[in-house]
Amino acid sequence: MAKANFEVPELKEYPEVPKIEPGSMAHLETFKAKPEFQEALGFQGELQENWQEQAIEAMGDMLTKYRSLKVYMDSCVKCGACTDKCHYYLGTKDPKNMPVARQDLMRKVYRRYFTFGGKFFPKLVGATDFTQEVLDDWYNYYHQCSQCRRCSVFCPYGIDTAEISMAAREIMDRIGLGDKYSNEIIGKVYRIGNNLGLPGPALEDTLEGLEEDVFDETGVEVKYPLDVKGADILLVTPSADFFAEPHVDGLIGYGKVFHEAGVSWTMSSHASEAANFGMFIGSYENMRKISQRIRKAALDLGVKRIIFGECGHAWRVAYAFLNTLAGPWDFLDPDYPVPQHILEFTLGEIEKGTLNIDKSLNDDMVLTFHDSCNVARATRMGDKPGGQFEIPRTVIKAVCNNYVDMPEDTIREATFCCGGGGGLLTDDLMELRVKGAKPRMEALKSVTEEYGVTHMAAICAICKSQFTKVIPYYGFDMDQIVSVHQLVSNALILTGQNGEDEDDESEEDAA
Amino acid sequence: MSLAITVLFYLATVILIAGLAYRIWVYAKVPAPLRIATTPAPVTKGGVVLRMFREVAFFESLFKSNKLLWLLGVLFHFGLLLVLIRHLRYFINPVPTVIELMQPFGKYAAFAMIIGLMGLWARRFVIDRVRYISSPSDHLILALLVLIGISGASMTFVSHTDIVGLKNFTMGLLTFDWKPLPSDPLLAIHLFLVSVLMIIFPYSKLLHGVGVFFSPTRNQVDNPREKRHIVEWARKFEE
Repeated sequence: MAKANFEVPELKEYPEVPKIEPGSMAHLETFKAKPEFQEALGFQGELQENWQEQAIEAMGDMLTKYRSLKVYMDSCVKCGACTDKCHYYLGTKDPKNMPVARQDLMRKVYRRYFTFGGKFFPKLVGATDFTQEVLDDWYNYYHQCSQCRRCSVFCPYGIDTAEISMAAREIMDRIGLGDKYSNEIIGKVYRIGNNLGLPGPALEDTLEGLEEDVFDETGVEVKYPLDVKGADILLVTPSADFFAEPHVDGLIGYGKVFHEAGVSWTMSSHASEAANFGMFIGSYENMRKISQRIRKAALDLGVKRIIFGECGHAWRVAYAFLNTLAGPWDFLDPDYPVPQHILEFTLGEIEKGTLNIDKSLNDDMVLTFHDSCNVARATRMGDKPGGQFEIPRTVIKAVCNNYVDMPEDTIREATFCCGGGGGLLTDDLMELRVKGAKPRMEALKSVTEEYGVTHMAAICAICKSQFTKVIPYYGFDMDQIVSVHQLVSNALILTGQNGEDEDDESEEDAA
Repeated sequence: MSLAITVLFYLATVILIAGLAYRIWVYAKVPAPLRIATTPAPVTKGGVVLRMFREVAFFESLFKSNKLLWLLGVLFHFGLLLVLIRHLRYFINPVPTVIELMQPFGKYAAFAMIIGLMGLWARRFVIDRVRYISSPSDHLILALLVLIGISGASMTFVSHTDIVGLKNFTMGLLTFDWKPLPSDPLLAIHLFLVSVLMIIFPYSKLLHGVGVFFSPTRNQVDNPREKRHIVEWARKFEE
């Protein structure tokens, strides 16, 4: 088990809602972005003397630009329906991690400066001045929200804390108080093209390495093309797919599926990143700027379709925002949705029967599936509502014999965040990440004990990175996290693959 | 007294209507730049209307969240709705048959309303999480509603007020032909509290009744791949 300098929560057989422990996470804050990184994103470098005035002005501006913010500031009745829904509250017991209390950090300022009641009767309606103390709380607790939207499912008015934490981060960025992790990463995308800062030549090397690996294993020349002009499909995938485990096994899988489908495809060094951290910091402009890289790549390469790899928030930006931020896509083939998810593509090939699948090759595993929050609650796959739940399961079941779901109140639209989404996947926040994973760990433990589940599949780069890092704290093994296309890759027998012959030989040897 | 209530009632009505109209105008005016429906979401407008109907008529999301809270919320809101329908008899002459027939339901719905409110209030003391998020105004609004309920129910079940006189008064308000309010302290208290409620409605969390219709996570069609949505303030980036 991994070592921690904080208490790792104990997993309960019947998950319970903890009693509140005020201030239990007040000590945790992320590193702040240096002025140069702030400025690269178009924000003020650091806090000024008159930050309060600037912040209130920024809030006023946001309130006229985002209906969600305006309506959600006014509508909460403090019914408490959301109070037991956030994984961070359940894992940390800090009441400021209850969705309504997190919202109230902004709402009390909103009421003070923007409502009649708060201007004249602040105590009565729980309004406060925007003091340094309040700003500190903002910085800490708006960086303890993974923007997973679980609360919004259960709120009778659909109040989405993600919208509020995004707005809060945007306001803080504008006054010069940014988070180092997200803002530096966005800077890397602008300078180099991806979150990890992998330049074109390094990508090329990596992809050549993958081609060799796949050839060694299968004897088939599967290509992982980069910057190929005139290819039909542009694949945009999170940069973690290029080398992190188990992400890269997923990328190998996409390539094999494209190979068997017989389509021409390419990746782009200019848009070598599906992730878009502009969303995490609530910045329309930065999110748009990152999205435009994909448009440029699609135009430069002259592709006809765009497909996204396995990544949760990237799929949200792609599915729900890309048309708005980087469209219109009238230069692409109108016969296909723009963009498509790799799972939509793979399911199509499975249904057409182009893939030769041997499910028994995954028989060493009993699988379950972690619905990623952004995919589950902010997007769709296919043409029917809920396709985002069914399509991944259908694909997994098409390539695996052993599959079970985790408890119903922890999957699909009620899925628990992995604990590392929303721009929190930094070591600064390890305590929060471990504690926030508790509800998912409890669900995993229950199916492990009841059905002998050995592996949990995910379709999000952040989920995969987060889980491989934190599940050892709970006594699981990091290899238990797999990519969905890794499962596809395992079971997919390529045309001309040398596996069949080897099997024959070994049988002869045995005889 | 009669004059004071008359003036207050007009004032409250103006504030309520003007305040709500202003709020609706503000909400309608603020753009929603990105598609943020909580999915799975309907893919057609008709589907959205149905989703909103389920939300408003059955409190669908609240039902998913917490069954006891849902029950208390339903008792209160639907109790109040029946009570309000019953009250129409004071404002329509002659009283339509439907409203005649509703009278017994409206009468006992007062209990549902009060029980629901007491339950909701109890949560603010009993559950530590809800206690933590409650402000004085949350308690005061509940107190106001409970007092309105009790004062009203008392006039039906304990000490009858002069209904004929009251109807003369209310019809007088509507026709600007003012009649005296029957002198009954309970009635005066009841009407005073209702006026206060009407006045704070547009400026308090009671706005949730309007807000829900403007909530982007609930009222948007899930069609971002098919349809490009771009708001006015974002157009400047397109240049």
